[in-house]
Parts: sequence; C-alpha cells; structure tokens
Amino acid sequence: MNPFTLAAVNFAWLPILPLIAVGVGAMVITLVGPSIDDEDSASLGLIALITVVAAFVLTLFTLGQNTLAFGGALAIDDYSGFFEIVILAATAVTIGMSLDYVADEGLAGAEYYALILFGALGMMLMAAAGDLIIIFLGLETMSIAVYALVGFMRRDPRSNEAALKYFLLGAFSTGFLLYGIALVYGATGTIRLDPVRAAVSADMASNPLLLMGVGMLVIGFGFKVAAVPFHMWTPDAYEGAPTPITAFMAVGVKLAAFAGFLRVFLIHLGPVSAQWSEVLWVIAALTMTVGNVIALVQDNIKRMLAYSAIAHAGYILLGMAAASSHQAGGAILYYLLGYSFTNLGAFAVVVALEHRGEVRDRISDFRGLARTHPGLAAAMALFMLSLTGVPPLAGFVGKFYIFSAALNAGLVWLVILAAVNSTISAYYYVRVIVEMYVREGDVVPIKRIAARPALLISIAVGLAGTILIGLFPQSYMDASAGAFAAAAGRPALKTTALLR
Amino acid sequence: MAGFWLTLLIFVPTLGAFGVLLQSDEESIWRSAFIFSLIPLAISIYLFAIFDPHQATYQFVERYSWIPQFGISYHVGMDGISLFLVILTTLLVSLCLLYSGGGDIEVRPREFCFMMLLLETGLLGALLAIDIFLFYLFWEVMLVPMYLMIGIWGHGRKIYATFKFVLFTMAGSLLMLIAIIYLVGVARTQLGHLTFDLPDLYRIALSPTEARWLFAGFAIAFAIKVPMWPVHTWLPDAHTEAPTAGSVMLAGVMLKMGTYGFLRFAIPLFPEVAIQATPIFMALAVIGIIYGALVAMVQPDLKRIVAYSSISHLGFVMLGIFALNPQGLEGATYQMLNHGVSTGALFLLVGMLYVRRHTREVSEFGGLWKSIPMYAAVFMFVMLSSVGLPGLNGFVGEFLILLGTFFKSERAAAVAVFGVVLGALYMMWAYERVMWGPITKKVNETIKDLTAREIAVMVPLIAAILFMGLYPRLILTRMEPSINLLLNRVEAAQARLDAAHARALAALAAPARTVAEK
Repeated sequence: MNPFTLAAVNFAWLPILPLIAVGVGAMVITLVGPSIDDEDSASLGLIALITVVAAFVLTLFTLGQNTLAFGGALAIDDYSGFFEIVILAATAVTIGMSLDYVADEGLAGAEYYALILFGALGMMLMAAAGDLIIIFLGLETMSIAVYALVGFMRRDPRSNEAALKYFLLGAFSTGFLLYGIALVYGATGTIRLDPVRAAVSADMASNPLLLMGVGMLVIGFGFKVAAVPFHMWTPDAYEGAPTPITAFMAVGVKLAAFAGFLRVFLIHLGPVSAQWSEVLWVIAALTMTVGNVIALVQDNIKRMLAYSAIAHAGYILLGMAAASSHQAGGAILYYLLGYSFTNLGAFAVVVALEHRGEVRDRISDFRGLARTHPGLAAAMALFMLSLTGVPPLAGFVGKFYIFSAALNAGLVWLVILAAVNSTISAYYYVRVIVEMYVREGDVVPIKRIAARPALLISIAVGLAGTILIGLFPQSYMDASAGAFAAAAGRPALKTTALLR
Repeated sequence: MAGFWLTLLIFVPTLGAFGVLLQSDEESIWRSAFIFSLIPLAISIYLFAIFDPHQATYQFVERYSWIPQFGISYHVGMDGISLFLVILTTLLVSLCLLYSGGGDIEVRPREFCFMMLLLETGLLGALLAIDIFLFYLFWEVMLVPMYLMIGIWGHGRKIYATFKFVLFTMAGSLLMLIAIIYLVGVARTQLGHLTFDLPDLYRIALSPTEARWLFAGFAIAFAIKVPMWPVHTWLPDAHTEAPTAGSVMLAGVMLKMGTYGFLRFAIPLFPEVAIQATPIFMALAVIGIIYGALVAMVQPDLKRIVAYSSISHLGFVMLGIFALNPQGLEGATYQMLNHGVSTGALFLLVGMLYVRRHTREVSEFGGLWKSIPMYAAVFMFVMLSSVGLPGLNGFVGEFLILLGTFFKSERAAAVAVFGVVLGALYMMWAYERVMWGPITKKVNETIKDLTAREIAVMVPLIAAILFMGLYPRLILTRMEPSINLLLNRVEAAQARLDAAHARALAALAAPARTVAEK
C-alpha cells in the first residue's frame, strides 16, 4: 500500500471555505471577546451571526459540485451542503434566541458565542466527512463545545449536573465509536468511506470484525442521536442546559449525528444493510415507544421536549431501518428539515417565557398564554401540532414521507407501531395547547416579546419553516432526495484511485 | 369543467377566519363572521341550482398538481352524495354563528369565530376532496378547531372530553393513514405511477388478505367518527361538554364524515370486503340503535339524551349503508341530512334552555309549556321530526333504511324497528317531563320565550324539516345517479365473489364427478 504522503493529497481550499469561515469567526470572537463587557455581549452575538450568514452564502456556492477534497477525507457534495445549510440555519436561530437571553442571564458572551461557532464547525465537519476519522474529529469538536455550553450556567446546580452527565456518558460513547472505526478499519483496511463501501460490497457480510465494528458504530451514533437504550443523558442534559443551547442540541447535534450516521450506514455500509437493519428495527421500535411513553408524564417542558426528541429520533430510525427503499434517504432528510424548524420554534417560545434567571420551564407555566400573548400561543400551538403530525404542517408531511418509505420496504408492523406512538404523542403535545388555551389560573408575566426582536425573528423563522415546508413540500422533497442521491450516487472508488 | 367554485367554497371561510381576527369590537366580530359564513352558503345554494341531476360522476371538478413526487394533487369535485352534505354544512355554520352571537358564547368571541370558520374549511374540504391525501389533510384539519372549541368554550369536564376526543380520533386516523400509504404502494406496482387520486385507486385489484386489512384500517377510523358501538364512548362526553355550536357541528356534520367515509372510501375501494363484512356491521349497527336508545332513556341530562340519540340514529345510517341496496343507501344518505337538521335543531334548543337556566337536568324543569309556549311548540315539532313522524323528514329516511334492511336481512330490520319505538319513547318521555304537568320550580315561571334571533335560527331548520318530509324527490333524484354508481361497483364485486364461489364449488365437485364416472 502506498505511504500516505502529503504530495498525494489534493489541497482544495475552495470547497471548505464555509468551514474555514465558521472557524475564523469563532477565533475572532475568542480574541476580541475579553475586551468587550458582558453587557455588550450582543455585539459578539452579531459577529457570530454575520459569520454564520457568510458561511451560509459560501455553502450555497458549493452546491452542485460533487468533489472529494483532501484525498477523500472530505466529501463536498449536495448532501454535505444540505446539512450545512440546515445546521447553519439552526445555528443562526440559536444565536438569535440567545442575544437577549445571554445579556439577561449575565453569561459570558465571548465564550458562549465562540463555543456555539466551534460546535457548528464540528457539526459541519460531520456532515462533510469523507472518512471515519473526520467523523470522529467533527463529533469531538462538536461535543466538547456543547459539553461546555451545557454547563454554562456555572451557578446553577442543574446545569452542572447536566454537563457532567452529558460529558461522562458522551465520552464513554465516543469510545465505542472509535472502537467501531478501528474494527471497520481492521476489516476493510481503510478508513475512507468510499473504499469502505467498495470493500464491504465484496461479500463481507459475515466478516466478524466488520460486524463487531458495525455494532460499535451503532452504539456510538446511537448515543449522539439519543436512541433508546442510549438515551439516558438526554432529559437531564436538555433540562439543565441554557434553553437556547437545548435547542442547539435538539436540532444541531441531532442533525450532525444523523448526517454522519446516515452517510456511514445508509450509503457506505448499505451493501450489508441486511446485517444492521434488523438491529435498527429493534432500536427504532424501542426509541419511539420509550420516548413517547415517558414524555406523557413529564411536567417540565424541556424534559418533555427531550423525550419528544427521542421519539422523533425513533421515527427517523424507522426510516433508516427501511434502508432497502429508495425513498428512505430523501424521507429522512426531509423529516430532519421539518423537525429542525419546528423544534427551533418551540424552544424559542420556551426562551420567550424565561426572564432574568427565573426558570419557567414547567408546562403549567404556559397557562393562560393564549390570553396574554395570543400570537406566541398560536405559534406554540402550531409547533405542537406539527410535532404531533397534523397536516398540513411540516411534521405531518415528514411522517407521511417516512411512513411511505418504510411501507415501501415492507415494514408494516413497525409503521403501525409508529402510528400508535403518534397517537400517544398527541396526548402530551395537546396538553401544552390545553394549558395555553383552556386552563384557568394565574398567568405568568412575560417580558414583552416585541422588545426582543431577535427572539421574535427566531420564532418567525421556525414558524415559516414549519408551515412552508409542510404546505409546499415538493421543492423541499426534491432537495432532500437530490442531496441524498448526490452522496449515494458517487461510485465507490478504490483506495488506490484516491491516493493516485 | 374548469371552474373555481369549489375552491372558493372551501377557502372563503379560511379567509373569513383571518378577516375576523382583524375585528376589534364584539359586535363587528359576530357580524363579519356571520357575513363570511353566508358567502359559502350562497355558493352552495347556487351550486345546487346549477347541479346536473343526471350526472353520476363528479361535477365542478378542479385539479392542480400539488406534490408531483407523490402524485398528490389538489383535486376536488362534488357529486350527488356530497352536494347536500355541503349545503348542510354551510347552513349549520351560518346558523351556529347567528345563534352563538346571541349570548351563548360569552368569552373570546374572536377566537370562537376563527375556529368555527376554520372548521368549515376542514369539513367542506373533506367532503369535496377526490384526492385521498387531500381528504386526509382536511380530515385532520377539522379536528383541531373542534377540540379547541370543546376545550375553550366547553363546560364541566371539558379537558377530559377534549383529550378523549383527540385520542380516539387520532388513533383511528393514523391507522387510516397507513392503509392509504399501503394502498398507494399497491397502486404504484399495478398502475406504474404514484397516485392518490380516488378514481385511479378504484381501478386496482387487491388480494383478499390485503383488501381485508386495508378495509379494516379505513373502517376503524370511520367507525370511530360515526361513532359505532363499541367505539362510541368519546361521543357523549364530547357532546355534553361542548358549547352548543360545537355540539351542533359535531352532531350535524362531523359524525357524517364517518358515514360519508364509508360511502366514499371504505365501500367503493374494497367492495368485496364490504360485502363479506355486512353481517358484522349490521349487527354492530343494530346494537348501536338499541343501546343508544336504551341509554338515552335513563339520562338525567337533556343534552346527554340527545347525544345518545345520535348513537341510535347513526346506527340507522350504518344499517342502511350496509344493506348495500338502493333503498338502504338512499335512505342512509337521506338520514344523514335528517340527523344533521333535526339533531342540530335539538342541540340548539337545549342550548337555549341552558342559557336561560344554566342547567340541563330534566328534573329542573316541568310545565314549560305554560311559561314558554313558543319554545315548547318548536321543541315538539323538532322532536317529532327526530322520532320519524310521517310527513316530516325523519320518516323518509328511516322508512327507506328499514325497507332496504328488510330486503337484506329480515331479522336485522325486525330488531331495528324496536329502535324506532324506543326512540319515540325516550324522546316523548323527556318531552313530557320537561314541558307538561304543573310548573314545579318557581324560576321556570318567569323564563323568557324565544327571542327574535332564536326564531331566526330555528325557522330555516323548521322549513328544512317540513320540506324534506314533504318533497324528498328533489333531493333523492339528485343523489340517485351517484348512489347507483356506487352500487354498480358493489354489484360487480358481488358477481366476482359469486364467480369465485362457483369455481370453488366446481373444484370441489370435480373429483367427486370423476369418482362417479368410474
């Protein structure tokens, strides 16, 4: 085998400009941050926002090309572009809901925004990974930033507990992922994804090294996407984290983890899908059932949304278990799109309720919201309905798309289970609506929403996404299916061809 | 025929809903909502006037591609079955808004009108959709305003009623969603392209096992909505706790979505299974008739009496549908309208009493005939229509249904007739206790009779009751072609079943014959 020399690597800077932009932005904030007072942290937020917008625009230029950069370590294709765009949008909305929050809570702005950008960088790396080491690198960059963000409220014991739990379990899971990568390397002789696919095609279905590796990878990714039984960290971490960070975790981390998970499994381990799809069948069934059933008894909105996020991961895993259907990839990407906007909006409403360190994250805190803030309540109601899967909102069309992919693959019973689960989920989502519209009682005073334009825009973005993606799904479906096809359609190159 | 009438019909209420949000004072909210509800009413009456009574297929069809990747289109049309349900919907919405503005709804009128008009969009869309995905969409959309209506403006255990309503309906509709997707998957393998279009889906052939499961998926969703015994338990709670207008819409139109679903989807898509399932559905329908009537008899609450009477009446509709013959189906379709008019009127009357006394307990009343004679007279008239007095609308429907059932199964008809007797019994008994005898409670001596607004609400319903009882031909002739089209499908399926049966017999007989020849 050829020694891995620098000369063999093709340095393509242009396709990774979005990544570079985010990294540079994060470093700029780190550098100028100390000279800016915490009261003015909004200006740092604006720098972060500008960085994200710049990266967003740069990403648009990478669309349509289908290149492998850095000798195959990075795959810059529409798949990575799709995920980068959604991740950047999620990052922008997260920053938008943080601007007032960080100032109100008196958090250290420089570290906060820099960490968000570093987290986003890691997520984008995962989306653009062309080999298993880059996936690991992206995962770690993202995770370390998010561990710190979760524990950002240093004086809040819940935040500390959340960070510690998330960190310990996360580190543990990373070990599994790394071990899985090592075993796959042992079985195939390569860490580049394209050659992995070429290697596993050739009759490796019963190779014990590969199978163990695949199993370890399932565990590693399972932790990050919060699949049952690897979900234990989720509710505590979601509850303890600052609320905008909870949104960032529920959307950004999940997007990135699924970006890696999907690319590795659906595309590059696709040839041995018979070996892992049954495992995912079981995990999907467990994930949606446990997530939904435990969500029923939550009184804390952030914990409820945490279990809801677990349940939604279950629906996505249902799509993965349907790997044999040609629709599966597009369906999952579309689902993630709708899920992201809906969840961002929902968390933004939760942020709107909080003010100056007062924790207002009980579901009963929503009581009477429809009378005091009818617009906010209507938005939250729409987000809850979208998560339940009521047409014509994004959540419904996503579910419909995934269900049809799964039925196409013959997973009738799993789809029926998913439908039963959706019914269960209606109970806890409707509960929020009932609190807002029906129950009488003391109403929690809320700072005027019009005084917080960034937060208002964040909610509006979530709302626009939830409605438009559901009402006019065709172009988004095309984009999702096209993005997946771009990654899946690339012929499986041999290692030698890459290192030529 | 290209046109825009149906789109206008479906979305004018949505437009109105948002228009109402802009109004500020209570007076103009009610006025604008009512005016907005008159537009679809006018359109539906105009469509009735230009409706071609001889055409069996869809009229005023509109079709635009919506999600081409899945072959989903915005495809709407109207036939003889949906025409009158559409008119019923637009009429009841207008009357409900007119009535509710008179003091029945005391809080948050803007939201109420918004929900009411949104509900109208959902109902009309579901009735007019030809694309099955579009149908499902509207089917779910109408759920949301209804449960908010029960939740916000309801009484008593409204939160419990809301949850029960949502969970029952969601459970059913998700099973239907799976059946829809599976059906479309079969359609793709057979027709070569993805389509959610109903006429396309009618063309596909299913294996008996597939058809049975898919029929079950649809039938459970619709049976919950009807509601058939034993999945009826959400209805009494939802009805009792809902505000008057909510009960009227729920009983008047929303329950019909279940029976309409059987006529439009479950039976024509899977006619063989429908034929085979006839005994089960007839039995459940008869149980529902008797059970609803018996339970209605012992209710202490007037509204619960009407609610349980709905279960009984909808049992008749289901019985007529599964008679699967012209008389039964026409009777059932007619009875859907009757029930909407009569039960809607009964709920309105009970609501009027509630506004005056803030109670609906039968024992709280007595001798009302003396203090509010006009109210009592109207109540009497509507009650007689509900129990099926000849000359009024209820009789036509019940008679046709029983006739059709008799042709199909004499036993079922014989038992169902008891339902008619029991219906007369519980209604008249309730009437007697409320209206006749001496005035037992002092407050009842001074309560007010019908106001001008209430009379205006009741007059169109009374007119409809009389008209539908005296001149049913006008409606029946327009239904007939569409119903015959449905029956053709059923008869073709019956022929296929008979042929298969004959083949099976021949196969059984063949070895016997060879033995005999030897």
